[in-house]
Amino acid sequence: MLPAKTAADAIFRTLADPTRRAIFERLCRQGEQTVGALTAQAGVSQPAVSKHLGVLKQAGLVRDRHEGRQTHYSARPGALAPLIDWTSQMAGFWENRFDDLEDLLKRMDQ
Amino acid sequence: MTETRAVVIEREFAHPPEKLWRALTQPHLIEEWLMKNDFAPQVGHRFNLRGDWGGVLDCEVLEIEPPRTLAYTWNFANDDPAYALQSVVTFTLTPTPAGTHLRMEQEGFRPDQKQAFGGAHAGWKKFFEKLDAVLAQA
Repeated sequence: MLPAKTAADAIFRTLADPTRRAIFERLCRQGEQTVGALTAQAGVSQPAVSKHLGVLKQAGLVRDRHEGRQTHYSARPGALAPLIDWTSQMAGFWENRFDDLEDLLKRMDQ
Repeated sequence: MTETRAVVIEREFAHPPEKLWRALTQPHLIEEWLMKNDFAPQVGHRFNLRGDWGGVLDCEVLEIEPPRTLAYTWNFANDDPAYALQSVVTFTLTPTPAGTHLRMEQEGFRPDQKQAFGGAHAGWKKFFEKLDAVLAQA
């Protein structure tokens, strides 16, 4: 386990590239994807996507899983954790949930 | 070291406590604002909260006093102790002239635990909205 600051630096460096960041966000939002599926949406060539995935993997942000000829990539849960202190993280979580609760209460009136 | 830390979120809602209580204790309503669940309003009832991110929280009802207090465990099992989480979430409802004051306290983290990982994943969506701004400052 890297010291928090070093780990954060590595994450920032890795995600500073917009294409790489878009690939990572897609994996976070949509779950596991093949290189092919990622390439179809990335707007760059498959070798370029593979290279980005390699960098993301080295930074610990994604993991790969081989199945037959396909390699599936997924975001590593907790990879961004060094960036955020848990208290502000949980506070943000609950503030969001309370927003949704407020919306729900309004709907229950109708 | 058994010292714990807590997160407290408070908000006033323009709705009566009884209505808030339903939102906190009826599974189909809990799902609308928190997570999918098999909650039942009964002390000792064990249930799961299932997040959109695929994580599953292990919960047990500890205290239930309608429409005032609801407490349950909020545990996330993980082989890596840095990610495992054992906590208790307590909702306290207080009637006000305009509606209800809701206080949520989550406590039970270890002080060396920087990542409150279990529930925090659901906060990623918001985090991502901020990520560009954060990176711009890096």
